[in-house]
Amino acid sequence: MWIQMENKLTKNLYLFPYLLWIALFVIAPILLVLYYSFFDIEGNLSLINYQKFFTPVYLKMTFSSFWYAFLITAISLLIAYPTAYLLTKTKHKQLWLLLIIVPSWINLLLKAYAFIGIFGTYGAANSFLNLMGIGSQQILFTDFSFIFVSVYIFIPFMILPIFNSLNELNPTLLDAANDLGASKWTTFRRVIFPLTIDGVKSGCQVVFIPALSLFMLTRLIAGNRVITLGTSIEQHFLVTQDWGMGSTIAVFLIIIMVVIMVVTNTRKRGV
Amino acid sequence: MNSTIIQFTQVTKQYDNDPPVLNDVSFKIERGKFYTLLGPSGCGKTTILRLIAGFTEASKGEVLFNGKKINHVPANKRQVNTVFQDYALFPHLNVYENVAFGLRIKKMKNAEVDRKVKEALSFVNLKGYETREIREMSGGQRQRVAIARAIVNEPEVILLDEPLSALDLKLRTEMQYELRELQRRLGITFIFVTHDQEEALAMSDEIFVINKGKIQQSGTPIDIYDEPINRFVADFIGESNIVTGRMIEDYKVEFVGKEFECVDQGLNPNEPVDIVIRPEDLEITALERGKLQVRVDSQLFRGVHYEICGYDKDGNEWLVHSTKKATVGDEIGLYFDSEAIHVMRHGETEEEFDRRLEAYSDVDTNGK
Ligand SMILES: Nc1ncnc2c1ncn2[C@@H]1O[C@H](COP(=O)(O)OP(=O)(O)OP(=O)(O)O)[C@@H](O)[C@H]1O
Ligand SMILES: [Mg+2]
Repeated sequence: MWIQMENKLTKNLYLFPYLLWIALFVIAPILLVLYYSFFDIEGNLSLINYQKFFTPVYLKMTFSSFWYAFLITAISLLIAYPTAYLLTKTKHKQLWLLLIIVPSWINLLLKAYAFIGIFGTYGAANSFLNLMGIGSQQILFTDFSFIFVSVYIFIPFMILPIFNSLNELNPTLLDAANDLGASKWTTFRRVIFPLTIDGVKSGCQVVFIPALSLFMLTRLIAGNRVITLGTSIEQHFLVTQDWGMGSTIAVFLIIIMVVIMVVTNTRKRGV
Repeated sequence: MNSTIIQFTQVTKQYDNDPPVLNDVSFKIERGKFYTLLGPSGCGKTTILRLIAGFTEASKGEVLFNGKKINHVPANKRQVNTVFQDYALFPHLNVYENVAFGLRIKKMKNAEVDRKVKEALSFVNLKGYETREIREMSGGQRQRVAIARAIVNEPEVILLDEPLSALDLKLRTEMQYELRELQRRLGITFIFVTHDQEEALAMSDEIFVINKGKIQQSGTPIDIYDEPINRFVADFIGESNIVTGRMIEDYKVEFVGKEFECVDQGLNPNEPVDIVIRPEDLEITALERGKLQVRVDSQLFRGVHYEICGYDKDGNEWLVHSTKKATVGDEIGLYFDSEAIHVMRHGETEEEFDRRLEAYSDVDTNGK
């Protein structure tokens, strides 16, 4: 009896730091954001921010955030899936995987500045184009460069979960499909893809959600040509000082993220 | 001629520079029979199945199917279906869709698929389990799903890789009957892999005993049990007493320092041989009436019989299966018929062995 109580006590004790963390760094900020979203720029309690969010300016921004995040996720997926597949076929797959993961440890800003150098008017990309006889192009501050760099940054996070799910796939299942008359493509469509869909889902989550709120890259690489919800939050907090409006956008961003997580998290089945 | 469905001619399979996994293997499989590949772990049984199914290619030699060379025919184009050792059922599909998998790939009409799947499931006694997920099935049920998934395609040959190894003894015996019955009803060729000799003896029309990438002996269960070709087969199939001996002349053999009459002939005089006597062929009798004298070392009650282990004065171990009880420590006599002595030549190939057996069955019939 006494020991049971003690056990329960120690268990709660272990849980305490975790709960404290959640309360301080997850719950509290969300509540604060929610609180600030109800104040207008003069500090009066009002719902004006929520009204403003449904004006064409912000709706267009939401749409363009979604559109770019979608493009980035889709392109990452298209490249990551075959890459992960080939990786599982190589001899030293863990080593190759590591080589792909390593760039994701480098600071995002550093990578962004590197790309400014490469894509700039006198950068490596343009010297190459000159060499090919195509001539210099405006690469930096275009949709292309924005998506290219974003995909480059996010792709390891897409490859990792897909690689893991492919790696866990029982290879006899592929023999079995083959045995039952399935060609390579049919095997992929009917066995490999359905069984790795969970990896694809978590890959998409890990890319889509941060891509929705990208803001540094929009300025550095896209030259503010691409305005996303992330950029707008940053502007409201740091430039216009309209914390209320910034918070309101953040609230919507949080809601969208939660919805995406719930939708993509339909539990897997299997043995 | 037409009865041969699969033929291996001098097939060798080698990975990289390792010693060959299969070494110059040749055999024929006849239509509509139940075959068993029997051998210890790592002897190459699964490799033979993989070569037939088309998951790997032979390094040397030819694999023929219905008389046509199929070495390079991909697995999905072969008239063969496999029941895998771990069943390899698709975890994302339910029982019905697992069984329907092969039919859907053939683009069969839904009504037809439905009919065949239901038929196959009732064949393996799984009616009513259609909508179950695979993870909700027991080991024995999964195995039957795997069998249904194979037979529904009506292949000419079904390959079964140790499908019963994961089951408990009772279910296993039950499934042995069911499988054998199923094979008879379907009338298609089964190639069954096991390393359990009792299972092989009980189920097969024909057994291939394999060791170290070579077929040691092939034949009906009775042939293999009664006339093992060498020490390995004698030891692997059933329990046996093996001693070395010497063939004095036809019908006369010497072992444990004594001379015995036997039924073997056609060997060279004074040729060294191995002698096999099955434990159930040894009979306990009075000391002076026995052909062998042994001291009882231990005795186990096995239900149907006593398993008695004794040593003769030369230190050879003799295993006896007897319904009579002995007393540990006693000296007893062992009696056996001259037919119970089985003589094995050293290094005899299967062809030589068969020729010799044939030769003296001719003599027997001529003599009568
Ligand atoms: N891909 C491979 N590369 C190298 N060696 C292999 C490969 N596959 C099998 N082998 C070797 O071939 C030999 C025979 O393997 P196989 O799977 O046919 O054995 P088995 O008779 O089925 O054994 P078990 O009863 O344990 O299933 C083994 O020694 C194994 O190590
Ligand atoms: Mg095997």
